[in-house]
Amino acid sequence: MAASILTVDDSASMRQMLGFILKSAGYDVVQAANPEEALAFASERDFDMILTDQNMPGSDGISLVKALRALPAYGRTPIIMLTTESSDEIKSKGRAAGATGWMVKPFDPNRLLEIVGKFVS
Amino acid sequence: MAIDLKQFHEVFFEEAEEHLAAVERILLNLDVEHPDPEDVNGIFRAAHSIKGGANMFGFSEIGAVTHAMETVLDGVRSGGLDLSPEIVDVVLRSSDFVRSALAAQRAGGDIDNASAQRITAELETIASTKRGAGEPSSAPTATVEAAAAEALVAEAASNTKPGEEAADFGIFEENAPGFVDERATTHSEPASRDSAGGTAVHAAGLAETLSIRVSTKKIDRLIDLVGELVIGHSILRREHEVRMSDAVDALALGLANVDRNLRDLQDAALSIRMIPIAFVFNRFPRMVRDLAQRFGKKVELTMSGESTELDKALIEKITDPLTHLIRNAVDHGIEMPDARAAAGKAQIGKIGLRASHQGGSIVIEVIDDGCGLRRDRILAKARERGITVSDSMSDAQLWQIIFEPGFSTAKEVTDVSGRGVGLDVVRRNIREMGGRVEVQTEPDHGMRISIKLPLTLAILEGMSVRVGQEIFIIPLSYIAESLQPTAVSVSTVAGRGRVIEVRGEYLPVISLAEIFHLSAAAQRHEEGILIILEAEGGKTALFVDELLGQHQVVIKSLETNYRKVLGVSGATIMGDGRVALILDATYIVGLCHSRLDRAA
Repeated sequence: MAASILTVDDSASMRQMLGFILKSAGYDVVQAANPEEALAFASERDFDMILTDQNMPGSDGISLVKALRALPAYGRTPIIMLTTESSDEIKSKGRAAGATGWMVKPFDPNRLLEIVGKFVS
Repeated sequence: MAIDLKQFHEVFFEEAEEHLAAVERILLNLDVEHPDPEDVNGIFRAAHSIKGGANMFGFSEIGAVTHAMETVLDGVRSGGLDLSPEIVDVVLRSSDFVRSALAAQRAGGDIDNASAQRITAELETIASTKRGAGEPSSAPTATVEAAAAEALVAEAASNTKPGEEAADFGIFEENAPGFVDERATTHSEPASRDSAGGTAVHAAGLAETLSIRVSTKKIDRLIDLVGELVIGHSILRREHEVRMSDAVDALALGLANVDRNLRDLQDAALSIRMIPIAFVFNRFPRMVRDLAQRFGKKVELTMSGESTELDKALIEKITDPLTHLIRNAVDHGIEMPDARAAAGKAQIGKIGLRASHQGGSIVIEVIDDGCGLRRDRILAKARERGITVSDSMSDAQLWQIIFEPGFSTAKEVTDVSGRGVGLDVVRRNIREMGGRVEVQTEPDHGMRISIKLPLTLAILEGMSVRVGQEIFIIPLSYIAESLQPTAVSVSTVAGRGRVIEVRGEYLPVISLAEIFHLSAAAQRHEEGILIILEAEGGKTALFVDELLGQHQVVIKSLETNYRKVLGVSGATIMGDGRVALILDATYIVGLCHSRLDRAA
């Protein structure tokens, strides 16, 4: 069975692009437009990996990471933050929230697949 | 594997447009002295979002400018920079540049690099005036390079050893898979992030609504088919009436069912094409601001009824005329601040833009409190230009003169968007939409221009009338009333033709048979009926044989199926399968009045 990935981003173009890249590599992808949707999807089914944008209107990626880690099924799921800001502050907050790692935007699509491949088959 | 991201460009362009519109909207409504932090955040986020996408898709100039915008806005929101009219101006101009760059990109053309660098430099200069410790992002280093670096960062560190941090990716070892549940939670979080009632629950920004994009051709086809169904249904119903009259049989019930559902279907199909007029209105606050600045005037624009919907086709056609009218209001209507003060008026002139539904039409008004029109000036100018006027013309007729071709000279017609537009084109455009424009004014106090348009171009509420063997449809919106004339009510006035007195007003009488050279059944007035038409230029009594009834008809274009015919604005197919012509009321009223004016 293909690995399932939940992507979270408020930008439709980013969502579509991420979805396309991941699907063309054979992953099963679900897109969420905001943290609330993401949490709803995550409660309904178990994802093998989660990619989330950091800057979103309302609550941000870091809050989402914290909320996800609080769910029993997601204690160990790889959660990667996609962020345009690579400042130390964001990194340390992400780390403290329980994120598995971070990746800078913009990224090369193949690089994204390379990194995702480190966590899921 | 080669991955082509071009397919996502279009979505990005549209998203970016929405972000830019938000930036403009917020900036124009912002209180510069005491800006709402939410608003500043909103603009920052918009610039940030565009930057993200621009860099992702390789539009580096746009990325550079939006990065510089972001830096300035971050300065404002963090308190390092004070918002000022100059900053608002620069951000607005930057957003203009981004918009034009996006358009160029979309059309496959070139981006103006020189402008990009200029505007970026301006933004950087402002950012460098930030107080306090400069964050790396606000340092006035060549921001274009910083943004380019962002765009290239994906290429870095392909030879990173696994588990180590590359420039573009990193793992928090302790949180990596295989990690035990217990983790040292000695961090302290700012309370605001966690507050359940606050930001965590609020989903603002670009909410995703369930919608799909459909080509207008498909919608037009759908509406066309529904129109054909309506015609087919009325043929069936008529056939049933002819054979069975009032019999309430299965056929009648079936037809009634189809009738109901067809009406609903038609409404639903037409509503797909309806769009809020905000789409047109939204450009005006910015336009008024820029024009007022350019002409040295103080003008405040208020809008209402932006959510009023109208057919997409009309939206596109109404934009140019409205733009011209509003521009006129700023240019010729509102006086210079000193002149206003001298006249005892407030220095800031007011322009109101309103839209509302009235009956089966949409009414759009442009109201200003400027200098208005003066009879003597209009009469004089008209005579100068060789336009026939008479002192006995009513106000309503006189104000229509400003729409006559030739009234404004070429030098006065300063164009809005590179196209020479005169008020005559404005009126023509509005009439082509099946609408009309009227003017009310009070010298020195202001002017109100009202545009009345049908809600849709597809169907019409009309009254069918008979002349001889022919059936005509008169749009209901042009009918004031109908009267049964007596032998004596219609009189002939020397030099003016036939007239009828209606409540003190003398209206010209014209017979439909005469206009189209038909033979009417009714030879004497008391055998027929008079329909009082009201259009821009005034009123006219139209003489016909018989008033048949009110119908909702599907408009078919005569022009595309045959050719343009004067006096006819379209055609429809009646229940008996015959074609009925739809009358152009404005033309008919105009006929009578020009006849009168020539005689005067």
